Amino acid sequence: MNLVRNHILISIDSSTIMAGARAVERAFVDELLNRGLQDEVSVLETGSLGLINRGVVLVVYPEGVIYADVTTKDVPEIVEEHILKGRFVERLVVKEMPKQHVIKREKTGLLKEQPRIVLRNSGIINPESIDEYIATGGYEAASKIINEMKPEEVIEEVKRSGLTGRGGAAFSTGMKWDFARRAKGDVKYIICNADEGEPGTFKDRLILEGDPHKLLEGMLIAGYAVGAQYGYIYIRGEYVLSIERLEKAIKDAEALGLLGENIFGSGFSYHVSIKKGAGAYVCGEETALIESLEGKRGHPRSKPPYPVTEGLWGKPTVINNVETLANIPEIMRNGASWFRGYGTEKCPGTKVYTIIGHVATPGLIEAEMGTTLRDIIFEYGGGIKNGKKFKCALVGGAAGAFLGPDMLDVNMDFVSLREYSAVLGSGAILVMDEDTNIVEMLKNVLHFFRHESCGHCVPCRLGTAQLVKIIDRVADSKGKREDIDKLLRISEVMRDTSFCPLGQSLYLPISSTLKYFRDEMLSMI
Amino acid sequence: METIRKFERVLEIVEQNKRQPSRLIPILQEVQTEYRYLPEEVLTFIATSLGISPAKVFGVATFYSLFTLKPKGKYHIRVCNGTACHVKSSMGIYKAIQKKLKLHDGKETTDDMLFTVETVNCLGACGLAPAMVINEEVFGQLTPEKAERIIDGIIEKEAAYELDYHGA
Repeated sequence: MNLVRNHILISIDSSTIMAGARAVERAFVDELLNRGLQDEVSVLETGSLGLINRGVVLVVYPEGVIYADVTTKDVPEIVEEHILKGRFVERLVVKEMPKQHVIKREKTGLLKEQPRIVLRNSGIINPESIDEYIATGGYEAASKIINEMKPEEVIEEVKRSGLTGRGGAAFSTGMKWDFARRAKGDVKYIICNADEGEPGTFKDRLILEGDPHKLLEGMLIAGYAVGAQYGYIYIRGEYVLSIERLEKAIKDAEALGLLGENIFGSGFSYHVSIKKGAGAYVCGEETALIESLEGKRGHPRSKPPYPVTEGLWGKPTVINNVETLANIPEIMRNGASWFRGYGTEKCPGTKVYTIIGHVATPGLIEAEMGTTLRDIIFEYGGGIKNGKKFKCALVGGAAGAFLGPDMLDVNMDFVSLREYSAVLGSGAILVMDEDTNIVEMLKNVLHFFRHESCGHCVPCRLGTAQLVKIIDRVADSKGKREDIDKLLRISEVMRDTSFCPLGQSLYLPISSTLKYFRDEMLSMI
Repeated sequence: METIRKFERVLEIVEQNKRQPSRLIPILQEVQTEYRYLPEEVLTFIATSLGISPAKVFGVATFYSLFTLKPKGKYHIRVCNGTACHVKSSMGIYKAIQKKLKLHDGKETTDDMLFTVETVNCLGACGLAPAMVINEEVFGQLTPEKAERIIDGIIEKEAAYELDYHGA
């Protein structure tokens, strides 16, 4: 094994590739070769560091210095100054170092403020190397479980951890698995919902790009616990890099016997494959997703029966979100009580957020359940861009609620937010400054829902069309006073009568807009 | 002749998917990759070879947003108008491109079939807002001027190609 004195880790993810990360990577390789340093310094690929919107991002170890906005022109300077002379190229160093950019894994110092469970390896290991995943303790939990534990014990442990679905519904993961395990049937399925379509959300994309094996291990454990033979990853067709990395990860895991027939010689066989979605927001709803997997239009089914008893092809099926499954290997490796050490009593663990909109440093972070919205926006996100004032944040995606300044100190977790009629949802936090036109925002949200309404049930199909008509009128300053209340009334009926969560959830963005900005809306009339 | 060739490739795709109606979506995805849209006669053909009704195939093909029944331009521009891009003025970018390509009154594709311009809901590239995708390439942190320059670049590239190919 070569001893190297520096490691240069370049983030190769969907946003850095666009900024030219691969060219920068090649430039480093060439530059090091030219100077005969190729044996002393190694250039490696890794996932997202959480820093987005900052061009090509890389870290140089052992110093752990993060450089952003790096172009090929900067490469000779970094090699000359940093690698050879030990002086940092200050103009490129990420100086503000908000908490989100700390990538050391120890539970001390700054990182104490960003415990990374799901994103533990992202920005540290090469996502395309199964060896690196294994070297960080990967597949350790799966091997222990399959060799030494009964499925029931696994489910007990997951139940004890208090892990709930991170896709938004927050249902107990352990319970869901238990239902499917007890359900009658020889054939059972695990489906990973990676059809991330909630506007403002791209956490699953970066989890998959940064650490695909973590998801596979989570699915493997779920499969063993439930007694499933097949796992499907239903992923957005646009997530090209995630799909590539998952395909490679599956192949590598199969080659090592971690997926496929007779895993670890235990007699347990489990196959995972990828299914590309064709673009339909409603397929985030689990029964619509199943319909789509069966080759049909993504219309939701009526429940009960629930998928845990009658899911894909009528067989017991567990559907979990990417983030939920990515928690599993760490929970099983470190134990339920370790997991409960994070977050709140009722909502243990962490949540991955995407902070976007008018913030100084947009990014991907992982924070303990119960962290306040203020901390997320002002600590991790660096506050409002250009020194403007905070107006509101749309939390949880388009199906979420607008939260005003009075909500900044509410704890962000499933239970606390519910008390305020808000949701954590997908973890998207879209921050808006004082100059944002709220009517335009609501218009965007309503148009989105009209487009994505699947047409299956009347309240949602007609409701979304009417809501769009009204909001367009208001935005054009042609609205009437009663239009404002009509919006609320229609969405109330939709909440109470729509067939699936798509139509039901519109009440939230509408009622929360009216709570804070009724006057602003009336001023448009 | 053209038509026969067209169906041959479709048939191949259908066969590779073992003529399973459950694989309708992957079949349509592959066919669209091949032809860049889903021609009506191909959909009917797929229905027959899978033994399902054309209505079912059309139903699926029109349900999902990644499928298109209309031919698209060589450069398919999708401007993201998800909430994150919207707050960063994505519609200004969309309008600038429309104006540049003289697309108005609901027209999406240029007469020379070079460009199709559409808005889409959230591309999941919110970190790069406002963003657009041209074919599969993502462009982010756009301004109307930046977007116009990208279009100019494509037009120049195409003109140079034309000259190379058909020039004197």
